Amino acid sequence: MGSEKRARRALLILGLVLLFLFLLSFSLGRYGVPPLTVVKILAARFVELFAGKGALQRTWTEQMEIAVVNIRLPRIVMACLVGCALSAAGAAFQGVFHNPMASPDILGASSGAAFGAALAILLGASARGITLSAFGFGIITVGLVMLVARRAPGARLINLILAGIMLSSLFSAGTSYIKLVADPSNQLPQITYWLMGSLSGTRLGDIPLAFLPMAVGLVPLFLLRWQLNLLSLGESEAKALGVNTGRVRLILLLSATLVTAASVSFSGMIGWVGLVVPHLCRKVLGSDHRYLMPGSFLCGAAFLLLVDDVSRNLLPVEIPIGILTALVGAPFFLYLITRKEEKL
Amino acid sequence: MSLTVENLSFSYGRHAVLQGVSFAAQAGELLAILGPNGVGKTTLFKCVMGLARRYTGTIRADGVDLAALSPRERAHRVAAIPQAHPLSFRYSAFDMVLMGTSHGLSPFAVPGEREKTAARDAMARVNIAPLADRPFDHLSGGEQQLVFIARALCQQAKILLMDEPTASLDYGNRLLVLGVARDLSRAGYTVLLSTHDPQHALWYADRALALHEGKVLAQGATREVVVPDVLQQLYGRPFALLETEQGPVLVPKEGN
Repeated sequence: MGSEKRARRALLILGLVLLFLFLLSFSLGRYGVPPLTVVKILAARFVELFAGKGALQRTWTEQMEIAVVNIRLPRIVMACLVGCALSAAGAAFQGVFHNPMASPDILGASSGAAFGAALAILLGASARGITLSAFGFGIITVGLVMLVARRAPGARLINLILAGIMLSSLFSAGTSYIKLVADPSNQLPQITYWLMGSLSGTRLGDIPLAFLPMAVGLVPLFLLRWQLNLLSLGESEAKALGVNTGRVRLILLLSATLVTAASVSFSGMIGWVGLVVPHLCRKVLGSDHRYLMPGSFLCGAAFLLLVDDVSRNLLPVEIPIGILTALVGAPFFLYLITRKEEKL
Repeated sequence: MSLTVENLSFSYGRHAVLQGVSFAAQAGELLAILGPNGVGKTTLFKCVMGLARRYTGTIRADGVDLAALSPRERAHRVAAIPQAHPLSFRYSAFDMVLMGTSHGLSPFAVPGEREKTAARDAMARVNIAPLADRPFDHLSGGEQQLVFIARALCQQAKILLMDEPTASLDYGNRLLVLGVARDLSRAGYTVLLSTHDPQHALWYADRALALHEGKVLAQGATREVVVPDVLQQLYGRPFALLETEQGPVLVPKEGN
């Protein structure tokens, strides 16, 4: 069909845009590094992985290499990972709940993670401790939501959403209480800053830790993309078409939760990405999850990378990325939903 | 493939919807299911589709108990054609049809060339090949029904369930969809079709099943079931059956 060819081409273009942004982002920053040098530094590092140190001659300064590899690389990769994960989770939740307004925090993963982070900061935990606590509480919250929904009679999907709203507000109340009792001179600003979302604290060692749970979640989200089409028709129709709805839905929800909790625990609360990016992709690629899911991967990574570049370069003082995604996301979303509908 | 329902009962809580319903439908047969709203027609279909599981009695397809089957195995045997309904997301007509091939795939796979060919063939079979690239929600109600029928065909199940397929259609489209249903039964499918219009049963069905208060009131050849006596019990109104050269016509008797 013609639409398939068009979607494939759009995916290819998205991939190229992401690659371009990825390389460009290394050049952006107060310490200027020419794009060609960036490519050389990265290539040298890559070659050295196999050939050992000093295999290539260095034509750049030590500072350039530190800026590119130790400071910018972790942050750029994390922006891509978090953007990819949040958008994929958003697309998955929207499909599973067959509701285009669903976002990754619908089951309370973000609120739980926020509570976990605030609690860890209150208890004086290290950066790694905060991340772990956020991740753990994100997962626990969704687990509780699923348990509550399982016990309630009636439609499972509605129960999940209601339980998610309920537990989200419970954990938000907990977070507010922690803010109240936190030390206002150092803990409270740290909590507030965490809640706004930022990638500025990312270190090289964080990347594998974030990548592992995200990969574990993103692989099933990608593989089950055709099942998402069926699930989005509604429970009974999907079942009649031969889908084991309970099992497939559970895998999708767990995977989406895993990647959401992993992103939130490393980046803090970054809103709007999971809602806006799948919508943007739907306008370009159509609703078919075969293309929407990989499209959301690529577009989400590119979107968050771009926003993070703005966040660290626009003003002398860095703007927390969560503020920027809302600033860009909300009006953009308004534009998307008010724009006259065009054909597929 | 034959569908045999024996002593089927189902309740929502204390409210008994179906009580001891038994019937059979054979390959090549269009069975019309008649009855007023809330009599359990939809529940009956849900039981056959495995959506309502807590029933007593047995439902068999060619002797295989459907209750023991997974959704995937069931989808090999039974296909449902829903009423036209709005979708949350926009899919093309072709993609909707293609979804009928899913039960033959691993859950982690996407449809390949073989599935796409099956979907194209199914669309051609009900003469909607030109609609392939159109968004499903831009189609008329009748066209949407034909898309659902094409989807059921590429599901390759031999038992077709049509729950009031004509409910939201205009007159021309009703006759079109019913005609397709009859053609499919002639081609060897076992078609169960619930309808609010006994006249449709007279025109298109081989046999009819009248449900009244969750029980079978009458079943058999359509001409034996769709008679004024049965209809009065079903709908609480008197009817007359006029024999014309073009077949029997039902008319309501007003004013008595």
